[in-house]
Amino acid sequence: MISLNWVKDYIDLTGEDLKELAVKITKAGINVEGVVSKRIENLVIGKILSVTPHPDSDHLNICMVDVGNETIQIVCGAPNVREGLKVIVALPGCVLKDDFEIKAGKIRGQESNGMICALFELGIEEKTEENYAKGIEEVNSDLNPGDDANIYLGLDDTLYELDVHKHRNNDCYYHIGFAYEIAAILNKKVTLPDDSYVEIKDNVNDFISLKVDTPKCPFYTAKMVKDVVIKESPEFIKKRLISAGMRPINNVVDISNYVMLEYGQPLHFFDKNKLGDKILVREAKDDEEIITLDGNKRVLTKNDIVITDSVKPVCIAGVMGGENTDVDETTKDILIESAIFDSVSIRYTSSRLNLKSEASIRYGKGLNYEYTIKAINRACYLLQKYADAKVLSGVVMHDKVDKKDKIVKFKTEEINNLLGITLSLDDVKTELKRLDFDYKLDKDTFIVNIPKRRLDIDPNINDIAEEIGRLYGYHNLVSTLPKVTTRRGVYVGDVLIRKLISKRLRSLGLNETKTYTLTNSDMASKFCYDKKENIILPNPMSVDKSVVRTSILPSLINVYEYNKARNVDNILLYEISKTYDKNYVEESKVAILIEGDYIVNSWLNTKVKCDFYLIKGIIENLLDYLGFQNRYEFEKEVLPDMHPGMSALIKLDKEVIGIIGRVHPSYKKDEIYVAEISMSKIYDKQIKPIKFKESSKYPEVKRDLAFIVNKNIDAKELINQIKKSGGRLLKDIDIFDLYVGPKVKEDEKSIAFSLTFADPTRTLSDEEVTLVFDKIIHDVETNLNAKLRNGE
Amino acid sequence: MKEKIDVLLSEIENDIKNVSNIKDLNELKVKYLGKKGVITILQSGIKEAIDKKEYGMFVNKAKTFFNESFDNRLNELETIELNKKLESENIDISLPSTKIPIGSANILENIIEEVEEVFMSMGYDVVDGPEVEEDKYNFELLNIPKGHPARDAQDTFYIEDENILLRSQTSPVQARTMLSAGGDKPIRMICPGKTYRRDQDDATHSHQFMQIEGLLVDKNISLSDLKGTFDVIAKKLFGENCETRFRPSYYQFTEPSVETDISCFVCKGKGCSLCKNTGWITVSGAGMVHPNVLKNCGYDPNVWSGFAFGFGAERLAMLKYGINDIRTFYQTDLRESKYFDRRDV
Repeated sequence: MISLNWVKDYIDLTGEDLKELAVKITKAGINVEGVVSKRIENLVIGKILSVTPHPDSDHLNICMVDVGNETIQIVCGAPNVREGLKVIVALPGCVLKDDFEIKAGKIRGQESNGMICALFELGIEEKTEENYAKGIEEVNSDLNPGDDANIYLGLDDTLYELDVHKHRNNDCYYHIGFAYEIAAILNKKVTLPDDSYVEIKDNVNDFISLKVDTPKCPFYTAKMVKDVVIKESPEFIKKRLISAGMRPINNVVDISNYVMLEYGQPLHFFDKNKLGDKILVREAKDDEEIITLDGNKRVLTKNDIVITDSVKPVCIAGVMGGENTDVDETTKDILIESAIFDSVSIRYTSSRLNLKSEASIRYGKGLNYEYTIKAINRACYLLQKYADAKVLSGVVMHDKVDKKDKIVKFKTEEINNLLGITLSLDDVKTELKRLDFDYKLDKDTFIVNIPKRRLDIDPNINDIAEEIGRLYGYHNLVSTLPKVTTRRGVYVGDVLIRKLISKRLRSLGLNETKTYTLTNSDMASKFCYDKKENIILPNPMSVDKSVVRTSILPSLINVYEYNKARNVDNILLYEISKTYDKNYVEESKVAILIEGDYIVNSWLNTKVKCDFYLIKGIIENLLDYLGFQNRYEFEKEVLPDMHPGMSALIKLDKEVIGIIGRVHPSYKKDEIYVAEISMSKIYDKQIKPIKFKESSKYPEVKRDLAFIVNKNIDAKELINQIKKSGGRLLKDIDIFDLYVGPKVKEDEKSIAFSLTFADPTRTLSDEEVTLVFDKIIHDVETNLNAKLRNGE
Repeated sequence: MKEKIDVLLSEIENDIKNVSNIKDLNELKVKYLGKKGVITILQSGIKEAIDKKEYGMFVNKAKTFFNESFDNRLNELETIELNKKLESENIDISLPSTKIPIGSANILENIIEEVEEVFMSMGYDVVDGPEVEEDKYNFELLNIPKGHPARDAQDTFYIEDENILLRSQTSPVQARTMLSAGGDKPIRMICPGKTYRRDQDDATHSHQFMQIEGLLVDKNISLSDLKGTFDVIAKKLFGENCETRFRPSYYQFTEPSVETDISCFVCKGKGCSLCKNTGWITVSGAGMVHPNVLKNCGYDPNVWSGFAFGFGAERLAMLKYGINDIRTFYQTDLRESKYFDRRDV
């Protein structure tokens, strides 16, 4: 929260519409999220010139009121209304609480052009019987008729609620820094507040010695004041602290906060008499303890910085002071500390101790040493003025701060090229002046010295271009396009195959899912068919998201259950995702899950059920589409969390690329079929280009036959034998019947094949076909111990 | 003879007219033309005929008449029977269809594919990168050294010390792309992908989310070029009437940095709850690639310049489709996703 009344101490904002200013500030990069004003419009100071009783009322009076540029008639019923009184007048158009709008009108026949207000009517006091009886507010102030009554009521401030980006929240977090931002936008000058004071003869160096024993404190200054009088702060300090969300305590504590809100520099006040005569800044020792101002015991580590009295810690540097040197009601002498500590270290300590203070927030962002000095002087000024302090001469100082200037050299055209605009040399001069950046011109080269308060600006052209650009206004940018390339973009590397797989699976009716990479150890232990070890996060947010998955299947089961619980039938899913193992080896996988019916029409009783052969068909369709015809096979295998009789490895060119099968009924009792393929293993596989194959113009010959074989012999073995024996005339094999039952022995089955024979160059004779056919029968019978089933 | 034939013809005509089905009609053929058929017998009478020529003519006339009448009637009866059959085959076409399965894209992929299409048409390649990433690529090369406050905001999932992490942004892919391009070739790429940050999941936060970042590196690239590029994508995604604006912003790896807004497509800029009465909606962050980043990734900032931008896929999708809960994307409720199996305007 920034108080605009406060900012007005440093910059003249006369005549500025503060709402419009907020818009300008937002456009220039600091987001003003809210403009808060308690102001009541059309509310002025008035002076009652005459009071005459209302002819038709026993308690109303007709008052003539001077409201500055005119005298108006108001009917008033307050008991304390009288001639000569200064009052608050709500003029027509004024909207009071509960949306009560004042209008000119008549009260019991008498003209009344406003309202003389009581405080409860303005929402400043509660509406109680007591306040009601008190009547209208009697204004006791120097204000004149016609003056803004908001000033009298303290409602004249406007507050900006800022949402500042990390980069700028050091300089726009305090009122003077923010004043510079406004100054740049409005092209005005900033005046810094008075920090002059009278010093007494005593020198601080005679009362305290300083030693800094850590590189984490590059800058430390201290001054001392004596004989302070602790009392309530003046109104303006209290009001301003409240507006910034801080509670006023007493003049001394308030002044340290006040200066922090002015310059962004946190100060620490030690009770000098409790502190002793030595200051040693050092790194804490492990397990060193301190009780902080909030009464809590804090255990420190060697990564923290402490202020000590050379023996014990008296303050966790930059975070919070110790109880042992606290300023209290009895404090007389104060040592003021204004320092810079390593911001990373402060952030570390603050987060480790879970102790965020106004000071630690600011130290954590980094500070400008120029203001470290300004702030301590300003504090002396205020303590002298509002706490009757005697300021000792001299200053205790440790100064190892990097004071190197940040210099940027550039030409106007470089800025123009970067932004795509056309500023002149003079335009750039104007912008730099607005920013209050010192510069020299060497012919047409600018040499800019970036002010120390702008910690966010690095010495390069882009940073300067940004400052100029945001003031120039990005809304003024024209739209151009980079010069055209003649080439359309492509999916690089693996992306293309991922897209192809995704499109194919969608067209096969599977729905794409996206689930979380992080899972729990229970889920991660499912479907561990490739025996990978998981990455386990050392500091997870929750056990539920503590393991990096190696398989997508458990997540698909989750999606399945989510939908099942919502009464979705027929669940067809796929997901493509990267997986990682313990050695950070990446493997992209595609996982598929199907359950229910694939195609269904209930009233027609048409159904294609999801079963092993359907998911096998999906995988075959996908692999064929990817160009791997005749290169893959399914090999039965017992796999974790899969049905032992219905699961298999998928092999491509003899290499295992994935798994397929039914989920083990003891894991999920529903008939769920899944498959998972490693895309990483197929990315690099070469495929042949598409070649046209002409169909035979000569008739095909179809012959059917059936074999009775032992149950343990797979169809694949029969097919392989038939293919081998059929030779080049055998074009196609189809299985059209599978029989198990009373017509064959218990350990036997019958499989019926339909064979297609053809020759692309001629018509086959019956004898030729019979010759091959008989060879097939003979070979199958001999090699697989099969019997031709007769009568078919 | 003539009278006799006339009687026969009218008999035939009557018989044929009176049959009502094809079977009865065929029986008439037997009656008249069969072995003992009326006409057959008549024909055999020619031997006794006085005027053989006239007799033959009359018999032929009867035969022809029968055949023609027969064919006509057969046609008629066939039509009647087909019509009867068709009538019996009349179906209720309002009964439900046989459902062909729906294969919808994940909502995020839907929006990503749309964005990819626009950028590919402008010459941008679509590139992929690792999600388990090195600190170097995720932060250091991108001008975010160790200890930098910008790291706090990203609240990263570290895996091994401060070196291996789940990437908190897709920007490391930009760094990798620049490094592998070798510092002497222009680059146009986008890298949509998953990213991870330590956020508690709720309606507006997700520990896993998707970014669509893009990078262009070339000579003489300006912020105005970025504005023009953003205009194209905004209009493609949110309609030709979509207006755009840049606001200053700050990111560690771009300088100058901007936030990019589109005019509110709900209220057309008048102000509504979606745009919080501003008329504008923020959709991405962008800026000119920071010279340190160019340098770190092998490009001389005195020769090369470029811009980078980043969209949140979830935010785009939430805006475009009117989704209020970010968890929607990671639950896959098939009752919701089925609406995405179609082309979009």
